[in-house]
Amino acid sequence: MLELDNIAAGYGKLQILHELSIHVRPGELVSVVGANGAGKTTTLRVISGLIGTMGGQVRYDGEVITGLRAHQLVKRGIVQVSEDRDLFGPMTVEENLVLGAWTRRKAAINEELERIFELFPILLERRRQAAQTMSGGQQQMLAIGRALMAKPKVLMLDEPSTGLSPKMTWDVLNAASAIRDSGVSVLLVEQNAAQALAISDRAYVLESGSVVLEGPGRELAGDERVKKAYLGL
Amino acid sequence: MAVSTRRQLSLRPSPFVATMLLVLALFVVALLRSGSMSITGQALLTGLIAGGVYSLLAMGLSLIFGVLDIVNFAHGSFLAIGLFVTYEVVHQTGANPYVALPVAIVVLFVLGALLQLLVLNRTMGSSLESQLLITLGLSLLISNALLLFFGGDPLSANLHNDPGVHIFGAVANLSRVIAFVGALVLALLLYVLLEKTSFGRAIRAVAANRQGAGLVGIDVRMIYAVTFGLGTACAGAAGMFIAPFTTITPTAGDQFNILAFVVVVMGGLGNIMGALVSGLIVGLVEQLGGVAIAGQSPLLSVFILFLLILLIRPQGIFGAKSS
Ligand SMILES: Nc1ncnc2c1ncn2[C@@H]1O[C@H](COP(=O)(O)OP(=O)(O)O)[C@@H](O)[C@H]1O
Ligand SMILES: [Mg+2]
Repeated sequence: MLELDNIAAGYGKLQILHELSIHVRPGELVSVVGANGAGKTTTLRVISGLIGTMGGQVRYDGEVITGLRAHQLVKRGIVQVSEDRDLFGPMTVEENLVLGAWTRRKAAINEELERIFELFPILLERRRQAAQTMSGGQQQMLAIGRALMAKPKVLMLDEPSTGLSPKMTWDVLNAASAIRDSGVSVLLVEQNAAQALAISDRAYVLESGSVVLEGPGRELAGDERVKKAYLGL
Repeated sequence: MAVSTRRQLSLRPSPFVATMLLVLALFVVALLRSGSMSITGQALLTGLIAGGVYSLLAMGLSLIFGVLDIVNFAHGSFLAIGLFVTYEVVHQTGANPYVALPVAIVVLFVLGALLQLLVLNRTMGSSLESQLLITLGLSLLISNALLLFFGGDPLSANLHNDPGVHIFGAVANLSRVIAFVGALVLALLLYVLLEKTSFGRAIRAVAANRQGAGLVGIDVRMIYAVTFGLGTACAGAAGMFIAPFTTITPTAGDQFNILAFVVVVMGGLGNIMGALVSGLIVGLVEQLGGVAIAGQSPLLSVFILFLLILLIRPQGIFGAKSS
């Protein structure tokens, strides 16, 4: 349903992604792993329309979406939780969530809020608190909750485990699996390759802006090259 | 579970209280210098009334800064356009100047939004110097366009009947009282728009995190244009409100530019309610200072206050120290 075809992209004249091709099918959890600086975040920025492309195409449900701006992609169901989380810091947890549903009908908001509060009860408890006063793990849940308010068809998560304790990391990755099980396609970017591969249906290994390996998550987790380079085994 | 906000017991007054003490001191000095309660009371009333207009004007400027990160040095020129829109409406139709209020608001909103979309959008994120050059250039362009169309002779848009209104022994013309009340009503409406509507929530979201706003599907460029339009509409409305008692010339907005800037810094850049309160304070300081330091321009005391704030409290007199 989401396809990147021979993408070239970068910043200014500096090209970061080279002939990058990946795809995500409906209901799949796909991860992209790779070292720091490999181009994972840049890949998600291309999909979200936050940066332009120098070549290649992004297609979604058969439509070419290259060059659409961020807000147009959210309308189509492509939603990203960015590396920095990009929460609205001074605003309350509830306001952040409600804003997540900006592209949707007003009538749907309350029902969706209840669903998010069920998934992340801590957000209900803290609903009147400013987002910036919450811990890293709570902020990550809020960022994911805010993205789910848009009712995404494809949810992209950029290093959701950054700054979290191992326990919180599992909570967040389990949430990602649960979201996939609810029918949403998930594209997960992680440096924590071992954990990401363990829950992925398929995965790509990125190196210097190109895909160097791809395959089912468990298979890649057992691959000698992956073990050596990314799992520190 | 509740976040504990520890308060330290401190004998130092808050910056806001310190400012109010300063205003009080100015009042006392003015009273002593003039030796007349009625002169000082008159200055108090005139200052408060002028301050209401400063508040509205500065709220627009602060809103623009808070959301777009643009320091708009053309703000006073938009007020001048509001003056001329009012003149034109009165001149063409012979109507009461207040008929021009919705016209000025709509014209300035559309003009501001279009200017943002077509011109200023290109400067988004560029350095402060280039923004300064562009908005100053815009300001010159507006003044000269007004000069071209209306000439340099002073014009007026007076009320047919502008009686004095007695308030606590002081007198103010009806037009000034209307300006004060009208400006505060619009200021309140702006506040309600920002705090209580979902569109206002989106504006605040862009101010808090523009990338985050894009990621939830807000059209950030549209918000920029609308916000700039709202800011210039504030200037336009302020211009309409003062038109009945102001000499209308193409450069009439320039002194308001500086005043609005002082108010915005005092209230804290991007702090809308801060601008509302600071506008009233600046009006008071201007008028009381005019009596206390007689013989000088009333603006002198405003600039002394501005310097004090820049030196001691550059983040403004409200809220905590920010980065
Ligand atoms: N805004 C930017 N401007 C210029 N270069 C950037 C920018 N963001 C990232 N880069 C560069 O692009 C490369 C890939 O970065 P990124 O996609 O963030 O990698 P990853 O997410 O895999 O760690 C890095 O070399 C980084 O320095
Ligand atoms: Mg990254």
